[in-house]
Amino acid sequence: MAYESYVLVCGGTACCSGGGDKIVEAFAKELEAAGLKDKIQVVTTGCLGFCEQGPIVKILPQGTFYVQVTEKDVQEIVKEHLVKGRVVQRLCYDPEQAKKLVAEANIPFYQKQYRIVLRNCGVIDPEKIEDYIARDGYKAIEKVLFEMTPEQVVEEILKSGLRGRGGAGFPTGMKWKFAMMQPKGQKYMVCNADEGDPGAYMDRSTLEGDPHSILEAMTIAGYAIGASKGFIYIRAEYPLAIHRLQVAIEQARDLGLLGDDILGSGFSFDIELRFGAGAFVCGEETALLQSIEGNRGMPKPRPPFPAVKGLWERPTVINNVETLANIPVIINKGADWFSKIGTATTKGTKVFALTGKVNNSGLIEVPMGTTLREIIFDIGGGIRGGHQFKAAQTGGPSGGIIPPQFLDTPIDYESLAKIGSIMGSGGLIVMDETDCVVDIAKFYLDFTVDESCGKCAPCRIGGRKLLNYLNKITDGRGTEQDIKDMELICDAMNKASLCGLGQTASNPVRSTLRYFMDEYMEHIKDKKCRSGKCSKLIQYTIDPAKCKGCTMCARKCPAGAITGTVKNPHVIDQSKCIKCGQCEASCKFGAISHG
Amino acid sequence: MAKLTLEDLRKMRGEKQKALEMRDSSNKDIQVVVGMGTCGIAAGAKDTFTALINALNEKTLTNVLVRQTGCMGLCHSEPTVEVVVPGMPTVIYGNVDAATAKEIVEKHILGKQLIEGKILDKPSIDIVKNG
Repeated sequence: MAYESYVLVCGGTACCSGGGDKIVEAFAKELEAAGLKDKIQVVTTGCLGFCEQGPIVKILPQGTFYVQVTEKDVQEIVKEHLVKGRVVQRLCYDPEQAKKLVAEANIPFYQKQYRIVLRNCGVIDPEKIEDYIARDGYKAIEKVLFEMTPEQVVEEILKSGLRGRGGAGFPTGMKWKFAMMQPKGQKYMVCNADEGDPGAYMDRSTLEGDPHSILEAMTIAGYAIGASKGFIYIRAEYPLAIHRLQVAIEQARDLGLLGDDILGSGFSFDIELRFGAGAFVCGEETALLQSIEGNRGMPKPRPPFPAVKGLWERPTVINNVETLANIPVIINKGADWFSKIGTATTKGTKVFALTGKVNNSGLIEVPMGTTLREIIFDIGGGIRGGHQFKAAQTGGPSGGIIPPQFLDTPIDYESLAKIGSIMGSGGLIVMDETDCVVDIAKFYLDFTVDESCGKCAPCRIGGRKLLNYLNKITDGRGTEQDIKDMELICDAMNKASLCGLGQTASNPVRSTLRYFMDEYMEHIKDKKCRSGKCSKLIQYTIDPAKCKGCTMCARKCPAGAITGTVKNPHVIDQSKCIKCGQCEASCKFGAISHG
Repeated sequence: MAKLTLEDLRKMRGEKQKALEMRDSSNKDIQVVVGMGTCGIAAGAKDTFTALINALNEKTLTNVLVRQTGCMGLCHSEPTVEVVVPGMPTVIYGNVDAATAKEIVEKHILGKQLIEGKILDKPSIDIVKNG
């Protein structure tokens, strides 16, 4: 009863506009003619990705992937491929590869993603420990506990080149080494699952989809540094992730994979959950430790670093969820394997939460060195609704805005820092021409001012002042001196704040000033917001060609801002206009518009 | 469950892996996997799950396993459902509401036909091989 083959014609928006439905019709006709109608099903799909090479046709079960297919190609596909079984090589993305009749997995587009951290997400049932075990789960811990010394484990992580995925990019192996070298005694291993960046949900997905990977990684880390106790500090806003972790911990304890004498190795390690309560600053490591201790989350000066003196003054290693998710794989497959992925300075992959004005928003994982263009246009399917790419924002409130000229920048810690942004935890927000950069800077400052703990003056006062200036500008009361003052404050905050929150809070302002100064100037000098986002800068204008001089708008205007004589075009005095919109609503000739 | 020794763990892994392989090759079980990360649930995955169970009960199909998983990464088209029917290519459907769930049971599982307009592609390859 099942069909022999399936012809999938991509029905995504890009392919549709490229003639997808004509292709479907052509297939139906040709298959009928070839007598294959009952043996082969033609189906329109949702977006198959790879929009730049559409229209896409995929043949299953072989997995042949045809690109840039036209109506005229259909007959050849049916006659050659479906009837005779010969792949039409000229239509394949890579004809060389097609010669070997390789399955879709090797199409370069699909190779743009490389799931290491997310290896089990979307594959296993996260509430079944057996699923995790079957997919090489708890295999790394076997190797570590029975075949490696703590020094060897640290060496392997160092060799891999893994750097902290929370955003700062500190070499993970180094951090573990510092803690391992501290004198024996009570030490702690902490997982930072606070994930405070707005729009970032990589850690949440990893915890919800593969909680055991984190438990195993923490146990490995505990063994390496000499810690017997671990804490996962997770934000209370993640109830599903919390639930899955609780189930996972319970299951691991039941099987003796957590607790005393794990697998009979003599090593004991257990994990406790601690919940955040909505403070972004508690994602900062020293504030996080304060929070676990039961104090208000406020950062402390470093040195001493937590690896030397952390939780309750004991040596503590704190790692981000994504950093930890890499650990079991590095142990299983080796540091050499891992260090071959990525760029010279930045190894491995990065998970991004691709959101904003893209077609295919979602969670992606790409090798370091992938360019922004590939992420936004190949994987992301380009800008939604036919709009134009304006900028991309990485790193959340600590990050910077990246304009079109840097679309071919390969993603790694250094190259992003060079253009004024940071890798951050992985939030990647795409903007189009309807987004206002001043408004974006204001949004992020609003957030960081709210979240500032208030302990140090540069952040507490500087952040508030920056926000005030931005409000001034978006209200139409900005001056050029404001720009100069903002630049000074940004510099001060960056150099003198106590923690990363204050040090990086000015990044959205700095980067928008750097790349979009003309937009700021438009707000200040012309009192205009080209994206139409800043409501106080919207200008109402009367088109003299359409205006009949009926005087209706002048009579409706509550501010007396419209002047003109009967049967002559009227004019709006912008200095008096309060942007209420009554004039536009009352004009029967469509002569008034705003923008 | 008793605490595992090293040998117990290795035995368990071997058995579970074999079970997975047997399921794939002996063509006995149909699997429907529903993405139940927060993104999926927010888009209605729990209703989808219930609709699938109801539709299967209605048609008294007993050889279909419905299970949950985490986020598949296709957040733009949640709820997502992966359908594994032996003899047919494995596909992932997006935007699966209760009505589409019913279609999956009636058209795909029973009718052995793919459903129009909803197929997405797995956005990635799983490169971490077993063993």
